[in-house]
Amino acid sequence: MKISFSPEDEVFRREVADWLKENLCGEFEQLRFRGGPGDEHRYPEERKQWEQHMAQAGWLCVGWPQDYGGRGLSINQQVIFNEEYARAGGPGHMGHIGEGLAGPTIIAFGTKEQKQRFLPGIVNGTEYWCQGYSEPSAGSDLANVKTRAVLNTEQGRWEIHGQKVWTSLAHEADWCFVIARTEPGSQGHKGLSFLLVPMDQMGVTVQPIEQLTGTSEFNEVFFDQAVTDAANIIGKPGDGWKIAMALLGFERGVSTLGQQMQFKNELDDIIRIAKTNGAAEDPAIRQRIANAWIGLRIMRYNALRMLSGEQDGALRQEAMIYKLHWATWHAELGKLAMDVLGPEAELLDRGPYELTRLQSLFLFTRSDTIYGGSNEIQKNIIAERALGMPKEPKITR
Amino acid sequence: MEFAFTEEQAMIRESAAGYLQNISTSADVRRVMSTEQGYDPGVWSGLCRDMYWQALHIPEAYGGLGLGYVELAIILEEMGKRLFCSPFLSTVALGVNALLVVASEEQKQRWLPEIAEGRSTVSLGFISSEDTQENRQWGSASVQSHARKEGDGYVLSGSWHYVSDGHTANVLILAAREKGVSIEDGIRLFVIAGDQDCIKRQWTPTMDQTRKLARVDIDGLFVSADCCLGGEESAGWPALEKVLQLSSIASAAEQLGGARQVMDLTIDYTQERVQFNRPIASFQAIKHRAADMMLQVECATSAVYYAACVADEYLSERSNTAGDSSKISDELLQAASLAKAYCSDTFFHCAAESIQLHGGVGFTWEYDPHLYFKRARSSEQFLGAGDLHRERIASQLLDSSAARSDV
Repeated sequence: MKISFSPEDEVFRREVADWLKENLCGEFEQLRFRGGPGDEHRYPEERKQWEQHMAQAGWLCVGWPQDYGGRGLSINQQVIFNEEYARAGGPGHMGHIGEGLAGPTIIAFGTKEQKQRFLPGIVNGTEYWCQGYSEPSAGSDLANVKTRAVLNTEQGRWEIHGQKVWTSLAHEADWCFVIARTEPGSQGHKGLSFLLVPMDQMGVTVQPIEQLTGTSEFNEVFFDQAVTDAANIIGKPGDGWKIAMALLGFERGVSTLGQQMQFKNELDDIIRIAKTNGAAEDPAIRQRIANAWIGLRIMRYNALRMLSGEQDGALRQEAMIYKLHWATWHAELGKLAMDVLGPEAELLDRGPYELTRLQSLFLFTRSDTIYGGSNEIQKNIIAERALGMPKEPKITR
Repeated sequence: MEFAFTEEQAMIRESAAGYLQNISTSADVRRVMSTEQGYDPGVWSGLCRDMYWQALHIPEAYGGLGLGYVELAIILEEMGKRLFCSPFLSTVALGVNALLVVASEEQKQRWLPEIAEGRSTVSLGFISSEDTQENRQWGSASVQSHARKEGDGYVLSGSWHYVSDGHTANVLILAAREKGVSIEDGIRLFVIAGDQDCIKRQWTPTMDQTRKLARVDIDGLFVSADCCLGGEESAGWPALEKVLQLSSIASAAEQLGGARQVMDLTIDYTQERVQFNRPIASFQAIKHRAADMMLQVECATSAVYYAACVADEYLSERSNTAGDSSKISDELLQAASLAKAYCSDTFFHCAAESIQLHGGVGFTWEYDPHLYFKRARSSEQFLGAGDLHRERIASQLLDSSAARSDV
C-alpha cells in the first residue's frame, strides 16, 4: 500500500501541467473553469474546438488502448491527467459520454466495422454522443423501457418510436445510444437492444427541459419513425440490458478524480468567502467547512482505492458507495455555500434570472442526488448487492 | 500510487482475524472486562510470544519486526472488531510511538527491546489539569503537572487523569511542565518505571469496561535527567503532539474495526429476525439504514489506511533525516484529525444504530451491541472527539493566510 506517485509519474504530471498552461490560453482562456455541472450549456462550439485542439496533441481518450487511437496511459497517469486538467480549470468535457461510455462499450462489444466507424470520431473530437436511457416511465425503474425499435428488413434499418428524457447534451450530440424494446410484448430486462442512432434526422426531435435553475442542460428526445442502419446495433437483439449494465462498470472512477478537483475549486471559493466575510469565525460554520474538507479528502481516497488493486471488473464495496457519497456531499456543499454567504446569497448576478456561480451550485446540486441512480436506488443497491439483504417483496395485483 | 493491500498485508489480516477469533469471544471480553486489571495476563503473554504484535512497528535494530503503520492498522482493526481487551493500544500507540518519536538513541536501546520482547507494557499520561475545560481540548493546556529542576534531575508532582492502563503499565511516560510556564513551552516527557512505592496508581472504574483508565498521583518524585525523553532540550509539546497524532490514527483503526463488526452483526440479526412474516432486513427502512452504515464504514476504511500511509511516511522520514519537513508534519496532523473525527463519528453512529435495529434485545446486557456502543463512546472521547478534530482542521483551513483547501 503506497500513496505517493513515482518520480516518473511526477515528470508526467509536469508535462501535462505545462501543456495545459501553454494551450489553455488565448482564444481558449474564456473557457477556463466553465462548462461543469450546472454550466454545461455554455460555450458549446468553443468547447468542441478546444477538444479538437486537445485531440491534435493526443489528449483525448488518454486511457483508451493505443490500438484504438488512445494514449494508453496507465491508471496512475490517468489520475494525474484528470487532476491536472481540473486544476488548470480545463472546461467540462463535451465528449465525455463518447469517451467514457459509448467508446468503451463499442471497444468491448462492437464489431470491427463499428470500431472503425465510430471510434475515430470520438478520439478526434469530431463526433459527440448522448445517452438514451431514461424515459418518462423508466426513471429509477430503468428496465421499464417503452421505446420500441422494429427491424425493417426490406430497407435494412431499425425504425424507432418513443421518448427519452433527461438526455444531457442531446442538442449538441451527433449520435445517441438508445436502449429500445426490440421484442414486442417483452417486459423488464428482456427483449431490449442497444442501438446507435444518428441525431440529425427528421424522426428525432430534441426539446430542452427548463430546469429549476432557469437553464437547460437536459432534454427530452422524441423518436418518431426515427431510423438507423440495421448494422448499428451493439451485440445481438435482446442483449441491451446486459450491455447497458456492463457499461456502468466502465466508469472506474478515473474521471471522478477530475470531478473532485472541480469540487475542490468550489470548496476553495467557499473558504475564501468565509475568510473574507467573517463567516470563518462562526463555530458552526467552521465545523461544516472542516466536514466538507474531510468528505472531499475521503472521496479522493475512495477513488484511489477503486483504481488500485486487481482490475477484475467486479464492482467493489468502495465503488458501490461512491455515487451516494459524492452526491450527498455535493448537495451539502451547495447549502454550505449559501449559509456562508448569508443574506447576500439571495442576490442574483442580474435579472431576470441570472444566477451566481454559487447559487447555480446550490440549485444544481439538488439534481446530483437524483440523476444516475437516486440516493434511494443507490441505497437499495448497496443493501442488496453489497450487504446481501433481501429484495423488497413484489406486490402482486 | 497503489492504494491496495499487498498479499503479505492480506495474510497478516487473515492470521490476526483467526487468532483473535479464538482468544476474544464475547464471553472472553465479558470475563476480562469485569476485572480490575482489564486483560488476561496469560492471553497477553501468549500473544506477545506467538504473534509478536507488540513489536510490530519497532525497528529491527531494537528487536522489533520493523513493519509499517499499515500493518499496525490492520492488527488494530481486527482487535477493534473483537473488542479485544489488552494493553496493546496504550503500549504500542502511546508508548512505542512516544519512544520512536521523542526518545534519544540510548533511551530507545534501554526501553524498546523489553517492550518488543513482551516484558513491559507502557502507558502515557499527560492530561493533568483540574480544569475540565482545559482537559477536554487534549492539548498543551491540559498538561498541568510539574517538573521542577533539581540538581542533575527533576522533581515530578501532579495528578494525571484518564491514563489508559495506567494502573497496570510497567513503564509510565508522563508529561509535566516547568512551573509558571504556560501553553506549549516548558513541557517535557519523563519515562519511569511504573511500579514504585511513591507513585500512587488507582484504577478509575469506567462506563466502557473493555478499556481501563487510571489516575496517577505523584508528590515529589526525583527522577534523573536521563529519564527526560529525548534529552532536556527536546521539543516537548510539538513532539508529544506528533505522538498523539500517531496514536489518533491507531485509535481510528481500532474504531474502524468496531464499526465494521457492529454493522455486520446488526445486519446478520436483521436477516434472522422475522416480523410481519418476513425478515426485517427486507424492509427498506432497515436496508437504507444499513446502506448508510456501509457508506460510513467504507469511507472510514479509506481514511484510516490513507492516514496509516501518511504515518508510515512520517516515521520513515523522521528516522532517515532525524527531523520532519513541515510538509509531512502538516500532512500527519491533517490525516490524524481526519481519521479520528470520521472514525469516531462512524463508530458511534453504527453502534447506536445497532441498538436501535436490534430493538428490545439491543437494550439488554446479554446482547453485544451495548459493548460496542460503550467502546464507541470511550474511544470517541480518547484523544478528542470529532468536533475537536474538525476544529483543528478548520483552524488550518481558515486561520492562515492561505486560501486553499490543500494547505
